[in-house]
Amino acid sequence: MPLNPKLLTSSTFRLGAVYLTVFAISVAAILGYIYWNTAILLERQIEDTLEAEVQGLAEQYRQGGPGGLLATVNRRSQQSEGGVYILTNSIGRRIAGNLPALPAEAVGERGVIDFRFPYETPGGTVQHTARAFFIQLDGGLRLVVGRDVEERRRFNEIIRTSLLWALGLTIALGIGGGLLTSRNFLRRIDRINDASRTIMAGNLAERMPVSGSGDEIDRLSESLNQMLDQISRLMTGMKEVSSNVAHDLRTPLTRLRARAEDALRSSSPKAHREALEANIAEADALLNTFNALLSIARAEAGHVRQGFQDIDLVPLVEDLVELYGPIAEEEGGQVELDLPGSAVVKVDAQLVAQALTNLLDNAMKYGRNAETAAPAITISVQRRKDGGYNVMVNDTGPGIAEGDRERVKGRFVRLDESRSEPGSGLGLALVDSVMKLHGGELVITSAEPGLSVRLEFPPKKV
Amino acid sequence: MNSQMKILVVEDDKEAANWLIKGLKEEGHVVDLATNGPDGLDMAGEQAHDVIVMDRMLPGMDGLSVISKLREDGVSTPVLILSALGEVDDKVMGLRAGGDDYLAKPYAFTELLARVETLGRRQSAEPHKTRLQVGDLEIDLLARTARRAGEDILLQPREFKLLEYLMRNAGSVVTRTMLLENVWNYHFDPQTNVIDVHISRLRAKIDKEFDEPLLHTVRGAGYTIRAAQS
Repeated sequence: MPLNPKLLTSSTFRLGAVYLTVFAISVAAILGYIYWNTAILLERQIEDTLEAEVQGLAEQYRQGGPGGLLATVNRRSQQSEGGVYILTNSIGRRIAGNLPALPAEAVGERGVIDFRFPYETPGGTVQHTARAFFIQLDGGLRLVVGRDVEERRRFNEIIRTSLLWALGLTIALGIGGGLLTSRNFLRRIDRINDASRTIMAGNLAERMPVSGSGDEIDRLSESLNQMLDQISRLMTGMKEVSSNVAHDLRTPLTRLRARAEDALRSSSPKAHREALEANIAEADALLNTFNALLSIARAEAGHVRQGFQDIDLVPLVEDLVELYGPIAEEEGGQVELDLPGSAVVKVDAQLVAQALTNLLDNAMKYGRNAETAAPAITISVQRRKDGGYNVMVNDTGPGIAEGDRERVKGRFVRLDESRSEPGSGLGLALVDSVMKLHGGELVITSAEPGLSVRLEFPPKKV
Repeated sequence: MNSQMKILVVEDDKEAANWLIKGLKEEGHVVDLATNGPDGLDMAGEQAHDVIVMDRMLPGMDGLSVISKLREDGVSTPVLILSALGEVDDKVMGLRAGGDDYLAKPYAFTELLARVETLGRRQSAEPHKTRLQVGDLEIDLLARTARRAGEDILLQPREFKLLEYLMRNAGSVVTRTMLLENVWNYHFDPQTNVIDVHISRLRAKIDKEFDEPLLHTVRGAGYTIRAAQS
């Protein structure tokens, strides 16, 4: 695998390296401690035992003379396993013991020495290592008492090598693992980078890769994807608006133009006047449509949210009904209210008032009772279990067929039944975007009979 | 019937300015024109005007800065801001900068005229009156009562507010949008013409049993309250 230079500068790798260093130091400390306990401490123990034995033998010599010492050394040489002994006279000749000759290392008065000696095995003679204590006795006698430490030496060697191996392996695995982890991490980050470059290049359908493990990179990718979804929803909305605007503004503009042209051809001042008046009315209607579109755009942009305030829906509804009630009454109908004491939500009061105005407007225009031909509207505000509030505007009119209830929330959607009334087809679209802005929902159902429109406001966050 | 006013129009678009000046002159007013921000600032400071009509986007210096500067200099002439930005936030910004009223483009001339005349009149009216009178109709702003020719008229709170606004601007035309903004505090246009019903209810209370009507409909513009001889 080619080593990517980016890998070494990646934050994961650097973090891994720091961690590895700390880890390696602690592993070395632990292993060192184990080594100290098993090998060095044991060695020290042997030395102490040897010294004690030599001192004992020296004492015996002082009290019992050379004969006693000689006998003891000879006895021990034959008895003890792993023990090595030699007693020499002043010219260095062996008097007793199981060693062939005085080790060359034994110089001076006394001391601890390591030396090699020939060891008889069934397979032949091999060299073993011994550790010994020697002492020069009165009369030029030299005594060497030692232990065959060949096995211990090998054991120590094995422990040392295994400890070094363990340390080396830890570091190697740590570096390898670190590289692998950061490579994996880097690869995922690179994939996210690639995806964002593709998106920047114009492919808005591309999404950040999600591995499915649910880790922090996945969570990051998921929220980036949600952001992208929102952006593309807005973009689609924009495109839709542009094409809708093009379509729905063209019709009144054509009428404006045709009427003006027609009036130019006519020579009657009365016709001129009528055409101009009709064109002003047409222009005003266009302006209304335009303003409604702007309000929707404003609600969708979402920056209004900063201006949200705690508003009691009850007086807000009461004020609107106070404004609209008389119209309903003039036409033989009425607006009934079913309100709680208060219903505080965090909203933009003007936008919510405008949304409710649109609903009242619709109810007046399209919700007339089939028998009396008068509007009969009920507005109620109810508290939901989750602490949010529902505002319901019900009428007793023909309602909206179930299949059309989602469609009417779109821009410029006008049902065939309502085309005879003036209107832009933007009323419910505005209500829908206002509710979305507030994190609520516009729900259209049947009031059986009639239409029931419910605005669901979310609970106020404390 | 309207008293003559001296109006300063600050507008950079020639056609729009000419149309405005022509309309205002036809109504009998005297009009000065400035076509950029600095000129507008100078002219407003040098001569006394009754009302300034200020476009928001101007070359040299934008309308809101001109207004702020004027207010700093102690010029208190009422200002009507014209703007192609019609959102509530823009309106708030305009009023905060020291403007007195705000009108979004495009607008009907009648709407502009009504607002300009209301602003010009507000200047001359005494602000701390507690009683207002038009002909034999009289309202008491403290007791919130209305009387006509000595007879008490019972008004709902909103009807009183509506009548108060009309009477404060007696003799001037007030448009439906002005009523919605000032009496109901709604800054958007409802599709249905809701104001007319309220006016006709008020009319039934203050005019119906009397020979001389005070509350008049001005076709294509709005409403006005005035006594016959004034």
